[in-house]
Amino acid sequence: MALKVDNLQLCYRTLRGDVVAVDGVTFAIDDGEIMGLAGESGCGKSTLGNGLVRMDVRMRQLSGRVELDGKQLPISNDKAMRPFRFAEVSIVPQYAMSALNPTRKVGKMVAELLKSRGFDYKSALPELERRVKLVGLDADVLKRYPIELSGGMKQRVVMVISTLLNPSLLIADEVTSALDVSTQRAVGEMLLEFRAEQFVKSTMVITHDLSILAQVADTILVMYAGKLAEKAPADVVIGSPLHPYTQALISSLPEVGVRHDQKTLVGIPGRPPTLLNPPTGCRFRERCPAAFDRCAEQPPFLEVKPGHSVACWLHADAALPAGGDAALPAGGDAAC
Amino acid sequence: MTVTNLLPQSAGPTRRRRFEFLYFALRNKKLLVGLSFVVLMALFALIGPFFVQHSMLAYGPKFQPPSAAYYFGTNYFGADVFAEFVYGLRESLFVGLLGGCGATVIGMTLGFIAGYKGGLIDEALNVICNVLLTIPGLVLLILIGGFLQHTSALIEAALIAGTTWTWAMRAIRAQTFSLVSRDFVGLARLSGEKSRSIILREIAPNMSSYLFLVFILLFGGAILVAASFDFLGLGPPNGMSLGIMMEQASDWSALPLHLWWWFVPPGAAITCTVGGLYLANVGLDEVFNPKLRAL
Amino acid sequence: MRRYLARKFLIYVVTFWVAATIDWLLPRMVPGNPVQLLLSKISLQPGTYNATYKLYMETFGFNRPWWKQYLNFWDALVHGNLGISIYQFPKPVTHVIADYVLFTMALLIPAILLAYYAGNHVGAMAARRKVLDNTVLPIGYILTATAYPWLALLLAFLLAAGGIGHFFPVSGGYSYGLIPTWSWTFIWSLITHWVLPFLTLFLVAFGGWAIGMRNLIIYELESDYSHYLEALGAPSRLVRKYAYRNARLPQLTGLALQLGVLIGGAVVTEVTFGYPGLGYLILQAVGNEDYFLLQGIFLFIIVGVLVANFIIDIVYVLVDPRTRVGISGE
Repeated sequence: MALKVDNLQLCYRTLRGDVVAVDGVTFAIDDGEIMGLAGESGCGKSTLGNGLVRMDVRMRQLSGRVELDGKQLPISNDKAMRPFRFAEVSIVPQYAMSALNPTRKVGKMVAELLKSRGFDYKSALPELERRVKLVGLDADVLKRYPIELSGGMKQRVVMVISTLLNPSLLIADEVTSALDVSTQRAVGEMLLEFRAEQFVKSTMVITHDLSILAQVADTILVMYAGKLAEKAPADVVIGSPLHPYTQALISSLPEVGVRHDQKTLVGIPGRPPTLLNPPTGCRFRERCPAAFDRCAEQPPFLEVKPGHSVACWLHADAALPAGGDAALPAGGDAAC
Repeated sequence: MTVTNLLPQSAGPTRRRRFEFLYFALRNKKLLVGLSFVVLMALFALIGPFFVQHSMLAYGPKFQPPSAAYYFGTNYFGADVFAEFVYGLRESLFVGLLGGCGATVIGMTLGFIAGYKGGLIDEALNVICNVLLTIPGLVLLILIGGFLQHTSALIEAALIAGTTWTWAMRAIRAQTFSLVSRDFVGLARLSGEKSRSIILREIAPNMSSYLFLVFILLFGGAILVAASFDFLGLGPPNGMSLGIMMEQASDWSALPLHLWWWFVPPGAAITCTVGGLYLANVGLDEVFNPKLRAL
Repeated sequence: MRRYLARKFLIYVVTFWVAATIDWLLPRMVPGNPVQLLLSKISLQPGTYNATYKLYMETFGFNRPWWKQYLNFWDALVHGNLGISIYQFPKPVTHVIADYVLFTMALLIPAILLAYYAGNHVGAMAARRKVLDNTVLPIGYILTATAYPWLALLLAFLLAAGGIGHFFPVSGGYSYGLIPTWSWTFIWSLITHWVLPFLTLFLVAFGGWAIGMRNLIIYELESDYSHYLEALGAPSRLVRKYAYRNARLPQLTGLALQLGVLIGGAVVTEVTFGYPGLGYLILQAVGNEDYFLLQGIFLFIIVGVLVANFIIDIVYVLVDPRTRVGISGE
């Protein structure tokens, strides 16, 4: 098991109160697996992804345990996390376009970063150049300033830098959101390439765009309002999802070759609940077409088929006996 | 008809936004502390005259230290320093406010025009701005003030407005540039709105928080410049202001005679007001810009 | 880079031209006549007024059409002739300025450089440590909100006039009883008279720059590239180094803009301490209605500011590596 997350709760302290953005999440990613983390804005996926690497000043870990390659990741301790960052767990941030120091040449920045981590730039340079060429850039991009590069080029450079030390876990946070479709595809292929070349062991791809996950991910984990909704292999999630939310998400995607008079796109009316004071029971209840009385109680995240888990009372009775993947109930609502 | 009329009248987001600002404003320490200093000084200026015991022109015992009879003591001429202080504070605040307003208006007008029109007009305005920026403001004021036969509070405010608007114009111009490239302005242009209307109804409201911050800084700056101007003897001849108090103290032996109560209050009032304004400015910046809100 | 500097130089030339023209225009827009003033200060033989008036008008060229006077002005300027002072008649303005200029230089240049350097470093340290920040911030705000004349009076009162003690002299550039020579007594006297004016300028400027730098660095530390470096496990040393390097740029631009304010401060400080520099001279000129001297000093200050701006532009090019590649950092 490369990554094991057990009942993780992360909250933000705001002036208006505490927001539990990640509310009792349990899952695991294997070596060599690319897991997609999908959901709409505000569901907690970015918080989860970023929290595993560097917690924002306002974030707090309430409970839970994170293990990487058998060792515990001290995510709430900034100093203790430093040796893990970049070398074991790395991130391609959402703000990759502005992640490079504007007044430093790219190569110089990498050199200083490596030196500060105790690595030698000169010996890393040939590999760095090789990888830069691999993603379709010219080696002299290292001698340029960030402002001289286009958005797509910067995205690729940041991906190369983030994976330079061959981390066990790479978190790719909305890496395709700011790009055009063809570059999106290229970036998706880059993620597959990185795995093939063994630059990274496991990858977590965070996005709201399911189509890129269809191209890249092995498994997809769907989050809603801070809790897990469904987890299954990618083709199952897209082809035969069980959770009403996932079903609604998939059906709101346009299909190639479908004319709009044959099938209309259905959106999901309403908005996700506020996490400042989350409702009791299933959080999707308000917007769910299949909601019934039992939904007043929060459904546990249970494995209903091998490798397929869902948090919904419609399928809870079909749950496999405990011992499988993530058979723990989704955690309670603790105060921050 | 502005573009905003075409959009659904959503009272929701805009009202919430204003309440959000108010909410954070009331909880921002820097803003509250800064504002309270300024309000304190303003109160002093407004209510102070009711506590004045002796007229400024009444000459009593000289060189008296602060006492119950003379709150701030008397000066070299035997005049009541407290009376001078209160009226001087009024004058200084008045000139500062007027000068700051004037500079804001000039800076806004020129900044909007330069940012919106661009091209040659922008270049020309830029050159004017650069010229004035490199000429030291106080020196120019001295030059003009020295050549003018007489100054009044209004003229002083006008002079200050005319020499301190330059950095404001630069800043507002930069902000206008970034707004002009946005779609809502393009849409307004397409629907045939006149330039002046676009500037007043589309661009300015979006920058209102920034403009307010600029005004606060200009107000504070104007008070400081006015104090120096008066201190050099260029102020209104028979008036009283904080700067004039300090000038008189300096000219009439306050130092060797240790009449510290003559010059400490006026300068302290300036520091209090301007410091309060600067602090409130930082606080307001935090209120308007969520990124800066630290917990 | 060369284009950047060349463009700046051109702007400065234009600025100088405009400033000089304003300088030339002002006295001519005031009712009355400098020659009348001059004559009113000199005692003349009765009956000689008209003839003397005509003579001086001729000499100063006031009886010629305006455009000719303007050209003469530039002609004289190119030859380094700034006219004759009325206040210290018949000394040429350039000589009068020369007597006072060194004192101002000795005051301004160290004050600006030291306050900038110290302010930047203290501001940077304050951005790092909360404890230091809690003292630096209020002190900085108080200092930068202080009017120069007030601080000057306070320092003079406390340290010179006996508030706390008589550590320094109250006024003057050097002890009145001394004659300027290269003796140790004289130099010591110069130094002791220099300390309080220097402190006044230094403290106020220091406060402003400390706060400015602190705010800039906090802004840089919250930027995306800082967060990315932290996410990649970079030690705070590296992050701070980048933040400092990047914050220096707008701070440097700010220095150029502040020069005018600093000169204003120097004027006021010199007047308070009776320190014989250009600021003090300006006031004497105003008081004596010596228009030529005022014009000359103004022009001189303008040139000084433009030169300083140009130097700062060169330093900016050295500090911002992007300008060398042809990208403007603004």
